[in-house]
Amino acid sequence: MAVRKTRLPKPYRVQQLDAMIRRGRTIHETNLMHEARKLGVPVPAIQHIDPDTSSFVMDYLNGPTLKEELYVVSPETRRKQCNTLGRTVALIHEGGIVHGDLTISNVLCAESKLFLIDFGLGDFSTELEDRGVDLLLLSRAMKSTHIKFHEEIFSAFVNGYCASVGKRRGVETVGKMREIERRGRYFERG
Amino acid sequence: MYCLGIESTAHTFGASVVTEHGQILSDVRDAYVSAPGTGIHPREAAEHHSMVAATVVSKAVGNASIKASQLDGVAIALGPGLGPCLRVGATVARSIASFFHTPLVPVNHAIGHIEIGTLTTGANDPLVVLVSGGHTAIAAFSGGKWRIFGETEDITLGNLYDMFAREINLPSPAGPEIEKLAAKSENFISLPYVVKGNDVSYSGLLTASLAKLRNGVSLEDVCYSMQEVSCSMLAEAVERSLAYTRKKEVLLTGGVAANRTLQKKLSDVAGLHDATPHVVKQAYTGDCGPQIAWTGMLALRSGVTVAIPESRVRPRWRLEDVDVVWRREAS
Repeated sequence: MAVRKTRLPKPYRVQQLDAMIRRGRTIHETNLMHEARKLGVPVPAIQHIDPDTSSFVMDYLNGPTLKEELYVVSPETRRKQCNTLGRTVALIHEGGIVHGDLTISNVLCAESKLFLIDFGLGDFSTELEDRGVDLLLLSRAMKSTHIKFHEEIFSAFVNGYCASVGKRRGVETVGKMREIERRGRYFERG
Repeated sequence: MYCLGIESTAHTFGASVVTEHGQILSDVRDAYVSAPGTGIHPREAAEHHSMVAATVVSKAVGNASIKASQLDGVAIALGPGLGPCLRVGATVARSIASFFHTPLVPVNHAIGHIEIGTLTTGANDPLVVLVSGGHTAIAAFSGGKWRIFGETEDITLGNLYDMFAREINLPSPAGPEIEKLAAKSENFISLPYVVKGNDVSYSGLLTASLAKLRNGVSLEDVCYSMQEVSCSMLAEAVERSLAYTRKKEVLLTGGVAANRTLQKKLSDVAGLHDATPHVVKQAYTGDCGPQIAWTGMLALRSGVTVAIPESRVRPRWRLEDVDVVWRREAS
């Protein structure tokens, strides 16, 4: 089973510019997915890239999002899953990739693994700031749908993250996240 | 109630009197004009302001058909802006406040652009797109402050147009002139389009546009393409912020809000997200007294005043640092 992701034209851009951007981003996103896969991160495999229609075809994953999963699993399982997610995100960060739109809706639970999807806002970056934004967006997303055990699952995530990147780097990234949060920019959705 | 507002953050010295109902009783301005091919010289602009200040302020009070002694407050834009220019306005405002024993009200110039925008459009809880020589920012109100959602990582949209214009010997602000030149072309040439999340970056676009010009591409084609790319970039950043905040209104305000290409693109974006587009009334796009007077009135009614010894100018006063006590959270 496969699924096609297509970037649709934006009416506010002249056709020539629009085509250029959609083509470029299709290639950029698939590049990021491919590189993430090489790092050993579960990412849907790309079957086909078609820059001319600004679309690509990837494996279809049959499973719920982590957001949905967290509602139904046991406390122990949810801690375990968030710990695993921490290790997964650490892998892409250490490999020089940031996701850019890291939310629990962009994590799919399939084949007993956690897959990262939607790298459309991602980039090749080793900036602490970009990593901090990833963590903050995830924390915000967890908080907005799972307020009751937000602290529990986010700290499980941080534990997994730190276990992979090392305590010092982990603390540094969480510190940056808090700093970005204080700037008040990525406030909760209305 | 009457509030006098004084604006002197950059090229314009303006004064205005407004009532508590948002009636603008007067709006007097005198702008420093830089020589073509040059930007604002802060000291020269300040000298201009000090020359015209007395006339502009007395006309503003006179046109409102009131006496200065009737003023309930004197609002002054303490920042952000050019230090020497800010100090002229601040000195004038302090003198009037002190002489008539009237409260002095500190106003952030950027908040002024937002408040005059909501006053003249009736926008209630908009996603604000503030574009001018000093700002390119996307903001939404939350927790008593205007939070910056996206902004330029380097130069502003107004800067981009002005710095480009300077190279081709046009006077600044140059937005309208560039818009006219752009209207003469439909030949799009490729230029760098840089959107990072909700942020934009225009410095590469400026360099590349000037390089195209040097390489013989016609001025009209460069203006058209630069305007298309710069406005589309902002439109995309706005679209992301709209999707995220789910605001149902978009308010375009500030000097560059007068640009029709930008207006059209933001209206298209708003349409995609079932949001109502608003554009500040044309007369108040650029820097002016009413934006300060009206914001001052709102602040004054909420008890925001400043003692004269504490009324230092704040050239780098950021929009998100202002406690907006008069605005209620949308529910």
